[in-house]
Amino acid sequence: MTFIEEKLNAGIITTTVDWALNWARKRSIFPMTFGIACCAIEMMAVGASRFDLDRFGAGAFRATPRQSDLMIVAGTVTFKMAERLNRLWQQMPEPRYVMAMGACAISGGPYHKFGYHVVKGVDQVVPVDIFVPGCPPRPEALIEGLMRLQDKIDTHTIARR
Amino acid sequence: MLLPDIISLIQAQTAEAVVAASADGLHPHVRVKPERLLEVCSYIKTEPQLNFDLLRCISAIDRPQEALIELSYDVLSIPLNHAIAVKVMLDRARPEIDSVCSIWPAAEWHEREAFDLMGVSFKNHPDLRRILMPDDWSGYPLRKDYQDLTEYHGLKIKP
Repeated sequence: MTFIEEKLNAGIITTTVDWALNWARKRSIFPMTFGIACCAIEMMAVGASRFDLDRFGAGAFRATPRQSDLMIVAGTVTFKMAERLNRLWQQMPEPRYVMAMGACAISGGPYHKFGYHVVKGVDQVVPVDIFVPGCPPRPEALIEGLMRLQDKIDTHTIARR
Repeated sequence: MLLPDIISLIQAQTAEAVVAASADGLHPHVRVKPERLLEVCSYIKTEPQLNFDLLRCISAIDRPQEALIELSYDVLSIPLNHAIAVKVMLDRARPEIDSVCSIWPAAEWHEREAFDLMGVSFKNHPDLRRILMPDDWSGYPLRKDYQDLTEYHGLKIKP
């Protein structure tokens, strides 16, 4: 790279396509406005001024799955909801990411043993990229999850998906 | 109006519809015959001295030992600030009762919930279908003898 840069005028930067694409992608993750239970309250706090998800470029909560990159499953997924959740996921354009937020979305949480109506882990319904444990997770934990998702996006390459 | 007066008024005006009554305890109520429920409810709503204009809740209680399902209609009068419950006992094998939607429209969703989770069927309900569980669910989950299904649309119910 230095060889090429020496041949170019000052002010011209060289990079790889992968790096530029991932740089843009991971800093403009649009989450979907989608909260199912109490974890959504914590998700709203993350979006608001105190924790401010916009610092990571992920504060633009879209009101439609067709404009979203990330689905944060924030709450208990019931069997009735599972079909709707899967349909929303299908409606998202690729590349799309799913974050399972909180104990309910990860494993059923307090409904794991006796819940007759709760899906025992949202990974049975949609593929999950990041699991954020907690009941509910602290806003810092959700931000940590988002940063790990950014790391994951950074590993993508257009040569091979 | 005080509770004993409310109860004696209902007893006097609804000719033997009341089977039992309790004015003290945690849940003051009149227990009525299931076939007379509609009559009692429409009386306590329209009688100016009672004026029970708000149906707060319909609770369904499963009593497998006695083979009964108990329904408790909690009513409140906002103008007169008094409250009572009307209770009925239904046969657990075939729980069926008249809908009170024509008296209190609020009953519609309460009755759908009792139908969904306890399997109580309400006659003349405008739209009796499940309200919480999926439409193709089988069984009534809040009954004491409810057995979990093994899976629903390919998703395992028990971990």
